[in-house]
Amino acid sequence: LASFQGRKPENHRDSAVEAANGRKPSCKQHVLKEFEEALMAAVSLTVNGNPVTADVDPRTLLVQLLRENLRLTGTHVGCDTSQCGACVVLINGKAVKSCTVLALQLEGADVLSIEGLAPADGPLHPMQEAFRENHGLQCGYCTPGMILTAVDMVRRKGYELDDRTIREELEGNICRCTGYHNIVKAIAAGARAMGNGAGKKAAE
Amino acid sequence: MYNFTYHRPETLRQAVNLLSKNEDAKLLAGGHTLLPTMKLRLAKPSDLIDISGIEGLAAITLKGRSVEIGAMTRHVDVHTSPVVQQAAPVIAKLAGMIGDPAVRHMGTIGGSIANNDPTADYPAACLGLGATIITNKRRIKADDFFTGMFSTALEPTEIITRVSFPLPKKAAYQKFRNQASRYALVGVFVSKRGSEIRVAVTGAGGNGVFRVPSFEEALKKRFSPKSLEGMSVPADGLNSDIHGSAEYRAHLVGVLARRAVAEAIGKPVN
Repeated sequence: LASFQGRKPENHRDSAVEAANGRKPSCKQHVLKEFEEALMAAVSLTVNGNPVTADVDPRTLLVQLLRENLRLTGTHVGCDTSQCGACVVLINGKAVKSCTVLALQLEGADVLSIEGLAPADGPLHPMQEAFRENHGLQCGYCTPGMILTAVDMVRRKGYELDDRTIREELEGNICRCTGYHNIVKAIAAGARAMGNGAGKKAAE
Repeated sequence: MYNFTYHRPETLRQAVNLLSKNEDAKLLAGGHTLLPTMKLRLAKPSDLIDISGIEGLAAITLKGRSVEIGAMTRHVDVHTSPVVQQAAPVIAKLAGMIGDPAVRHMGTIGGSIANNDPTADYPAACLGLGATIITNKRRIKADDFFTGMFSTALEPTEIITRVSFPLPKKAAYQKFRNQASRYALVGVFVSKRGSEIRVAVTGAGGNGVFRVPSFEEALKKRFSPKSLEGMSVPADGLNSDIHGSAEYRAHLVGVLARRAVAEAIGKPVN
């Protein structure tokens, strides 16, 4: 989070063109760029507590805004078809698949990605700590989505979660490594830990 | 995704104007069907009209013997609404069976009904309860609204504003999920309200959601799973794909209808 603070969203298209040429964009590229800019639209939202304003192509998905414009690459794209849950972030506190939301839909919204869950130089969030403690991950690809889904689960279902509830609630999150068993254990432990204090604020 | 122009009107009137000015425009509600369809380049709207900024489209109100649900109400809000849970628990339960928690945070009842996906859940609730779909122009009975796979009676500049469900005395919805997609391979909604009995089927029909008059007649004699013993529907015209043949779906319609009636009378099978 600290590295993100104060950094303006980058227009990676410009930097990509310049990097490829080693010089300023050509006339043709200049025209192309103007044409693209005509189709751009502005959106202002809050990401991990920081105000963000970006000019985006209307097709930009939230996950692209996070990963490509803001360089917050903790949110992953798995299936890109709103099934696997690797891209789950919290929008106004609710778990949403960021591959299936346009950035422009989020005018004024408050987005929390995995980077914003705990301070960069502080202790892990209790749910993150529970995943670490219970070996709730192997390759880690699905983990950010799992953790934010779990935080949302606690918000809606409370601090005491039985296995059945957790498994049902994980319907939209796919893990190809763990067989889920340790994820379920981690979420139950993380929920209890959040109830015991440290993470209460994040769940509310 | 093909490019489009994005609009976010603040009033229904502005949204209707945008629709009438742009022939190939589409309304964006929760976006959880439209955006995936656009990503696959199966849809190419010139304009997206995001109606989430219009006030007053997400209210849930009890009106006499009906409950009205605003078109922009998210599935999660129908599922957790104390009003819906009290007045029509079958609708609250059905909403909680759609997709997964993250999808339910975005998807809307109006979007689901306007799209009329042949495997969607809400069309079964509308037809199975005899709902009225209310638009900016008129009131349309569910029996006249769903006109075929992915098609409805909506006119190009017509916008659903709310859906009115009459409160049933007894009702239940049984859904047999596709193991991979979790969509309804077959879903059956039954209801009893006075002498009116309805059986609506989703997932199975080649033309989308449909009623089963033979089941309704049988249930009029006695509203019990026994009344449907051994009954099925013809396989002709039912969907047939790698997930299940038309014959299999026809069989499931009978099984799920019996289970739904059993649940509706308070004696669930499972």
